[in-house]
Amino acid sequence: MSENLMTWKQIAKKIHDKYDDKILKWHEHNDNRIYVDIDPKDWIEFGRFLFDEFDTRFIIASALDTPWDGMEILYHFDFHNLPQVFSVRVFLKKPKLEIESMAPYIKATEWIEREMTELFGITFKNHPDMRHLLLPDDWPEGNYPLRRDQ
Amino acid sequence: MSEIIPIGPYHPLQEEPEFFQLHVEGEKVTKLDIEIGYNHRGIEKLAESKSWDQVVFLVERICGICSTSHPAASVCAMEDLGGIEAPERAQYIRTIVAELERIHSHLLWLGLAGHFIGYNTVWMWAWKYREIVCDILDKMTGNRQSYAMFKVGGVRRDVLDDDIPAFKKMMDKLKPVLDMFKGAVIDDPVIHARTKGVGVLTKEQAVEYCVVGPTARPSGIAIDVRKDEPYFAYDWVDWDIVVLQEGDVFAKVACRILEMYESVKIIDQCFDKMKPGVVDLHVKELSPGEGIGRAEAPRGEVYHYCRSDGSNFPARYKVRAPSYVNIFSNEVAVIGEKVADAALILAAVDPCYCCTERMVVVDHEKNKERVLNSGDLIRLSHERTKEVRKALGV
Repeated sequence: MSENLMTWKQIAKKIHDKYDDKILKWHEHNDNRIYVDIDPKDWIEFGRFLFDEFDTRFIIASALDTPWDGMEILYHFDFHNLPQVFSVRVFLKKPKLEIESMAPYIKATEWIEREMTELFGITFKNHPDMRHLLLPDDWPEGNYPLRRDQ
Repeated sequence: MSEIIPIGPYHPLQEEPEFFQLHVEGEKVTKLDIEIGYNHRGIEKLAESKSWDQVVFLVERICGICSTSHPAASVCAMEDLGGIEAPERAQYIRTIVAELERIHSHLLWLGLAGHFIGYNTVWMWAWKYREIVCDILDKMTGNRQSYAMFKVGGVRRDVLDDDIPAFKKMMDKLKPVLDMFKGAVIDDPVIHARTKGVGVLTKEQAVEYCVVGPTARPSGIAIDVRKDEPYFAYDWVDWDIVVLQEGDVFAKVACRILEMYESVKIIDQCFDKMKPGVVDLHVKELSPGEGIGRAEAPRGEVYHYCRSDGSNFPARYKVRAPSYVNIFSNEVAVIGEKVADAALILAAVDPCYCCTERMVVVDHEKNKERVLNSGDLIRLSHERTKEVRKALGV
């Protein structure tokens, strides 16, 4: 990462220009916290665009079992030297909790995707290493500790 | 012709719960498998059954060494959620506690690293002078560790103005100590030989693995939440971010030593700039919504995300400790290195997942496994230092 030459306004404009039709919702909680909803099918393209195009760092992803019969995943990014945290939200409808894995493109997503699989039962397609991360190898299948419907 | 060496599930140097399987050919590491989760305590799930106030106490128990970093990120997340700004005096107090903790954490690590390479004097001295820091914290917060100072909208205890001259005097004692460590460690030829060019994490690898803190900064990445998104009083004081380029164990050691100077600078200014005032806003409830809090722990960025449905409990609480991303980078940093250096490299990220390993070496040629315990690894490391000493003639 080098000194980030772009301001947040320039970054936001570039994201809008390219993906305005694919962004379902753009919410600015305050100047430094931006939440964007996108369709799961667009996630890989959008995520790779963010990571490759700007000086971006993947912070972490957080999943949430919602009362609306689905699962939410938030992927959090940080733009180097800027105070903004950019969180991309995808919504997965039960029972098909499946999304393409980002691990082949962003190495740092590998562990958290393994974690979300075992704790929430989300399937990450094409993930390179689907072993258990936190739970023991003999953990009963289909038992997900952070799911609310179990 | 390779062999597998298991390290863990307790790291021999820092007694942290992680398991490393080193694949070696002769003495050279060819591959590393990392396993974590030996001490998973379900803090995120537990947080959903605690009130917002209790969550701050709960996350304080994630780590015993950097016990104020998690509450710091936690109150930042909750204040972000509720649009709350803590009073100025509280921000200065929070900054002082956070920086004192950074000094004690770096001294603790420096002592362990010294012990591991056979410099037991560095170990004893580092821990002896760490007491000064713990004493200040004790007097200021009532505890040497787990200070329970932070709460949403302020701090729990004010600092008495009458005590400040005594704290400043104690801080003055620390400055010559840092000079001594700087001289003893950064200028020592044997330490150079043991740590320079060892366990290099390149800038490209650091970007790929998204590492943070004193694992990223020695690899040429100027990343620090205190500068990037100044929280508490970091914007009101003058300090510099320490960035080095080499990415090896030496750079990681140097980065931590130099950072302690910056912490001293920050603390001094906070004591001088602190004005009388309230320290707590007495926040009663949090509105529905989501909040993100970040804080620069001694090991890097701590990241907390919380979701509120308007009730007294979080609907979801996510914690990302810095070691979660830093440990993963060992996968590349340790490749091509000697077994005697491996444990030092693995420990150079100052791992802290909640604090606990052995090492397994697997020899593929001989098709066997051998387990090295803490004593074996320290012996190997000490032997390596002796070899280096002999080669250098010191």
